[in-house]
Amino acid sequence: MSELKVHEVSKLFQATTRAGGLTPALRKVSFELRQGEVISLIGESGSGKTTIGKVILRLVRPSSGTVTYDGKDITRYSARGLRDYYRHVQGVFQDPFSSYNPIYHADRVFDLLRDVYFARLSDAAWNDKIDAALHAVALNPSDVLGKYPHELSGGQQQRLLIARALLLDVRVLVADEIISMLDASTRVDVLNLLVKLKQEGLAILFITHDLSLGNYVSDRTIILRHGAIAEIGPTEMIFGNPQHDYTKMLLSAVPELHKKWRHTALGPVALPGDDGAVSGNGSAAVIPVAVPSNPNGRGATAPVPVIPLEPPVLHEFEPGHLVAEPE
Amino acid sequence: MSVTVANLSVAYRSHRGDVTAVDGVSFSLADGEIMGLAGESGCGKSTLGNALVCMDTRMKATAGKVMLDGKELPIEDGRAMRPLRMTEVSVVPQYAMNALTPTRKIRRLVTDLLKSHGVRDRDRVLTEMKRRIALIGLTGDVLGKYSFELSGGMRQRITILMSTLLNPSLLIADEVTSALDVSTQRAVGEMLLEFRDRGYVRSVIAITHDLSILAQIADSIAIMYAGRLVEKAPTPSIVNDALHPYTQALIASLPEVGVRHDQATLTGIPGRPPSLLRPPAGCRFRDRCPFAFDKCAENPPLQEVRPGHHVACWKAAQEASE
Amino acid sequence: MSQTVLEEHASSPAAPGARPVRGNDFLYYGLRNKKLLFGLGLELLLILLAIIGPLISPHNTTDFYKLASPPSAQNWLGTDSFGHDIFAQLVVGLRESYLVGALSAICAAIAGMVLGFIAGWRGGVLDEALQFLTNVVVMIPALVLLVVIGSYLNTRSVMFEGVFIGLTTWPWVARAVRAQTFSLRSREFVDLAKLSGKRATSIVVKEIAPNMASYLFLAIILLFGSSMLLASSYDFLGLGPSNTVSLGIMMQQATLNSALFYHMWWWVFPPGMVLTAMVAALLVANVGLDEVFNPKLRER
Repeated sequence: MSELKVHEVSKLFQATTRAGGLTPALRKVSFELRQGEVISLIGESGSGKTTIGKVILRLVRPSSGTVTYDGKDITRYSARGLRDYYRHVQGVFQDPFSSYNPIYHADRVFDLLRDVYFARLSDAAWNDKIDAALHAVALNPSDVLGKYPHELSGGQQQRLLIARALLLDVRVLVADEIISMLDASTRVDVLNLLVKLKQEGLAILFITHDLSLGNYVSDRTIILRHGAIAEIGPTEMIFGNPQHDYTKMLLSAVPELHKKWRHTALGPVALPGDDGAVSGNGSAAVIPVAVPSNPNGRGATAPVPVIPLEPPVLHEFEPGHLVAEPE
Repeated sequence: MSVTVANLSVAYRSHRGDVTAVDGVSFSLADGEIMGLAGESGCGKSTLGNALVCMDTRMKATAGKVMLDGKELPIEDGRAMRPLRMTEVSVVPQYAMNALTPTRKIRRLVTDLLKSHGVRDRDRVLTEMKRRIALIGLTGDVLGKYSFELSGGMRQRITILMSTLLNPSLLIADEVTSALDVSTQRAVGEMLLEFRDRGYVRSVIAITHDLSILAQIADSIAIMYAGRLVEKAPTPSIVNDALHPYTQALIASLPEVGVRHDQATLTGIPGRPPSLLRPPAGCRFRDRCPFAFDKCAENPPLQEVRPGHHVACWKAAQEASE
Repeated sequence: MSQTVLEEHASSPAAPGARPVRGNDFLYYGLRNKKLLFGLGLELLLILLAIIGPLISPHNTTDFYKLASPPSAQNWLGTDSFGHDIFAQLVVGLRESYLVGALSAICAAIAGMVLGFIAGWRGGVLDEALQFLTNVVVMIPALVLLVVIGSYLNTRSVMFEGVFIGLTTWPWVARAVRAQTFSLRSREFVDLAKLSGKRATSIVVKEIAPNMASYLFLAIILLFGSSMLLASSYDFLGLGPSNTVSLGIMMQQATLNSALFYHMWWWVFPPGMVLTAMVAALLVANVGLDEVFNPKLRER
């Protein structure tokens, strides 16, 4: 059983603001991904969720820590080893349109694979393979072959990219916000496709900021905050019985069709200069603002969290359900 | 009625012909009402929003009119609209938060904006702005910052703040929550509600594809499809009792927290919206509608089938009359 | 969700058998752009003149006729102080100027692109080194260098001048290519190519370069034009090719022999006007081409 193991991966970036210094984008993140399992990696912007995806895809080198696939360290791969790795591990990204080179046909993404992986296949066999992959993602070959990317809808573009991954013998798929730029009616189709692929044995790392999507599709959930794991465990436990304050805050902020937002304990706020009367239906709760970490910035507009390099310690709340200490 | 849109049509000129992005849309907004304008990409909602302020020179209002407080808005004439923008009608365009000039501090951006609209008493307005900044959980320091020093959510809120500084009668917010994290989405949504409650803005048209956000902040929701208005009703009616098959399908495709795929499978809507270059005759949703029948070859008008609930669908009209 | 209504409908699937939208768009706008048509048309006329001129000209550059005579039926543009036919010189000079321009444009383009791509793709130490090289080349005064090198050569040919100009003007191409490569290499389709096991050279050549094609095309046209001007300046100062005639050399001869003082307008004006026409046509075509490539410039 092939598995992907992320062990204490950290990534430091050079900050671009005046404060300078190194920003920790990832802080000793560890988790495992097994065959046929879908893990939702949920985090807001700046949590490091995209970075961990790129580290797994070897598009970014971790500053420390290891990622092992089938027991082998992926950072040690030679060029050939990397090629074999990509046979099993692939990625699909957020903006389907920018994954295509706009000057070529959309199906060139298939041809890119052919020279490297299927050089010896005959034309007929290659076309059969493409048809099978397109069929698996519910795309009609005559609808999408020979077209330019801008002639396809977002849903078609995204599914074509998944079909590309299926051409190889992919075992792990890193899906980085693949739904967020699609329309509501096509989102569901892509989501259901992921569920189908999972049932066929594919392991998926489903990176998203949308909790309802994560809930629909995944077996386990990781809540990422400021580059470290805040909570990790089976999806029903995380959503049904969240322990970390951050998780609870996220869940309370999700807009749902049939439930109004519950208000925080702050309640309505009177403005200085008001005569004390606050009108309206009391929905004037002031939400604390998340400010980008800027330790040396002049006159910060809210208390600035300085992000330490050590992540908070994880404690086991119940079997399989780990919660981090508050920072 | 505060805002009335009557039979508005807006077209783009392309070298292949005219594309009518908004086709005969009519609705009205009461004072203090937040109306959500929802639909998927290409349905014309952004075009409608931009047309109300005559922002984009590529599009042209080809028919219909817009009335604000009983006066007609000169939406075909950009120059005539200029004095009305920001004072009567204000727009927060899509991706506005990325459009703040990075080389000027926020205070300068605000004063430039006020200057260009002929506001003399800028200090008084700035003081008012500082008061309102406290409302959104920030301090006055933010005026001395550059836009790139603020997070996406903060920039979005500052943008909305700037747009409502002169207390416009109508605010058009185009996808203001789309690119934000869940917690900042809530903050922005609640900001819109708060501003409406305090009277900083009279009526709001919130354009978005996200029905769940509208369920939280909107008083009524209007659904657009392929350039036409297909349903408009108070929010509880849309959420619990949608009558148009498209709205029903849209709601059925929304995943909810707590519901997993093995508990309830969601379904999408097969097919794609029709091309607006040569739109089909009759109901535009016909090809994808599971309830289509013969009468649908004729375009259904927007009818009030229940008090306050308008639908453009033959099936819904039929059922209501029974 | 990021597409506007206009983009969505401009991209409706083409009818079966139709050519891809891209080609049609380019031709459609290209054929309607007045600047492009004018510039291109004028340039083609001049190139035609350069090609067939020497063939239709009844005289050679070295034949002698009556000294300093104004245009006549025999000498269409008259003769210079030495009795040489000016029209013959003009068409030969035209050809030489074009050759220099083309040669230097190609040299500069190749050098600039190669160094720009390498610096932009690799970054790091290699980038720093190439930046240093670029700065050095920019700082060296080309004119002085030309004088020094030229003094060691027995004869200076058109080939030499072309290569020299090419090797001294590549920096700005390199810088622009480097900047564009930097921005393109973080695009997602480059990531996708990496995920397909593609190597760096393949990615640069097949993914990144074609996306800069319009820019590179425009850059080469500008190089062409500016090289011709530069070459004429060098020729005018006497540093031009020593074995043939060019537009710059004609202007130099006219000045040295006080043509204007002697009212020999037929010697003074034609070379300058033709050179101006050559370069101006290119620049106008360039502006037009920019409008065709960049839809945002089209809206008036």
